[in-house]
Amino acid sequence: MNWPHWIIVPVVLPLAAGCLALLLDARWPRAVARLSVAVNFALLALAEYLASVAATGVVTPYLLGNWRAPFGIALALDRLSALMLVLTAVVAVGAVLYARGGSAKGAHDARGRHFHALFQFQLMGLNGAFLTADLFNLFVFFEVLLIASYGLLLHGAGAARLRASVHYVVFNLTGSALFLIAVALLYGLTGTLNMADLALRVPALGAEAAAPVQSAALILIVVFGVKAALLPLYFWLPDTYSAATAPVAALFAIMTKVGVYCIARVTTLIFGADAGPAAEVADPWLPALAMATLVLATFGALAAARLRLLVAYLVVSSAGLLLLAIGVGSAPAVGAALFYLFNSTFVAAALFLLVDSIASERGEARDALIPAPLGYRAAYGVLFCVLAMEAAGVPPMGGFLGKALLLAATVDHAMASAIWVVVLITALGFIVALARAGSTVFWKAADANPMQTLAARPAPGERAALAWLTAAIVATVLNAGTIGRYTKAAAAQLLARSAYIEAVLGAEPIPPLWNPRAEITHR
Amino acid sequence: MEALLAVFVGVLTGTGVYLLLRARTFDVVIGLTLLSYAVNVTIFLTGRITVAKPPIIDPTVASTLADYADPLPQALVLTAIVISFAMTALLLVIALVARAATGTDHVDGEEPGADPEASG
Repeated sequence: MNWPHWIIVPVVLPLAAGCLALLLDARWPRAVARLSVAVNFALLALAEYLASVAATGVVTPYLLGNWRAPFGIALALDRLSALMLVLTAVVAVGAVLYARGGSAKGAHDARGRHFHALFQFQLMGLNGAFLTADLFNLFVFFEVLLIASYGLLLHGAGAARLRASVHYVVFNLTGSALFLIAVALLYGLTGTLNMADLALRVPALGAEAAAPVQSAALILIVVFGVKAALLPLYFWLPDTYSAATAPVAALFAIMTKVGVYCIARVTTLIFGADAGPAAEVADPWLPALAMATLVLATFGALAAARLRLLVAYLVVSSAGLLLLAIGVGSAPAVGAALFYLFNSTFVAAALFLLVDSIASERGEARDALIPAPLGYRAAYGVLFCVLAMEAAGVPPMGGFLGKALLLAATVDHAMASAIWVVVLITALGFIVALARAGSTVFWKAADANPMQTLAARPAPGERAALAWLTAAIVATVLNAGTIGRYTKAAAAQLLARSAYIEAVLGAEPIPPLWNPRAEITHR
Repeated sequence: MEALLAVFVGVLTGTGVYLLLRARTFDVVIGLTLLSYAVNVTIFLTGRITVAKPPIIDPTVASTLADYADPLPQALVLTAIVISFAMTALLLVIALVARAATGTDHVDGEEPGADPEASG
């Protein structure tokens, strides 16, 4: 297994599978769906292998085209990247299983064309964004995942989706323009875009460069804040996520985490404590904005008239909590954030799928929070209860452990009292919102005429997807010790930047199997 | 030269942002196009302003920074142009389909003040 090229496979494999899916989609749609599932499981196995490599604490660099960093584009695998790859793969398996499963209206992936091709391209963009160690390459992978997400959002069409798409596309295109401005500023100041090289050069900038480098840093945070749904940039998210088809919304649960990941990466690596003129540039903003995001997301959840909107606000609130922890910035807080990342991602994906299954059973009422007849009330109710407990952070679920770790990590922080109050009150708000939604959907349903229920048994694929994500959530609770140790080590690695910088800049080109240049000179 | 280009970028950005905020899909598309021009010129200028300098090393010219243009921003701007062009095309398609589906070119899919139920 000592092959040096494993790191690039999570990018290349979905690319190849996506291209193949484009070619074969018209003739063999079912074969393409099977291929997509197989590729997703392969990506999961690969992510687990890469995580086992990263767990030893080494940062594995990879030089694209064998150009030495910082001249070429470098990838780097550390504990955080590996963790994100695993999260993406687990959610993607759930989403693709659900997409294949049929319902009354037919399989989700058959409601439009090229679902699986777009899905694979989205995975390529996600994996690439998590692995790259180059700022411009990060921009390119952002665009890859965004282009795919535009297509996926429109999957299944409909006026609501179109409306959400116009907002989503325009918003993200503006975000891309800002991203490029930040990249241009940083390149103009430092002459490099390699993140490890930037981490060395930004601290060396003189005081006269303070204003441009701070603007570049904050523009970058704004761009990632758009993706991560940070106040005041989250207003696109509830509409978009509740308009998307269920498997797409489930996959999008990992998309906000890309923004969170990027903020965690740049605020520790490039704009960390010892970054000279740009040191801790996001610190006055991030915790306060994150707390405001949490509060507004709770209001949104309490006011939501539809279950999907409620889940979308859950995604916003989890992003708020994660950014709060990253804004606090100490090793225990970042570790707690990474731990919470597992549960918040899985539970959001699982809830999007579950709500879609429930909505398809409720006839005209769909996912509106009004009493309506519902088939399989007991099974759905228990599953919803478990996921809601997880989402709101009620013991003994993992969401509770994540929040408890975060609270424990912020005891000594200057804003500790505000953080505690906000985290605890918003958790209470979510318990109220979820309990009210659950009692309306599951308990008041008994009043309705049982003869009206459609009671179509959910398709095998849908049940498999729900079982898969629920199993993932239970597994994270059971393995909380192992995961906690890993995320703690990942946070420590993130804050001790030297290993990452040395690994990327000191990476040796891999000796090629065949050297065309030598052959030409020989002749 | 710097001042002239800076004003040029500023005017492009200002016009782009103004059009972007106008809530009609056509204006938004033009606004985003102007914004991406501004961004492309900005990226290009990060390689510093040079006139008639080659980006590739020529053995007959001394290899000092004064004799060459920075090739990296040129490569970056090429990527940015391709991506923004493709995105604009995609946005145009979405805008046209949305216009056909909702009967209005307002970005919210309904005229301001109109009853949302009536147009939906």
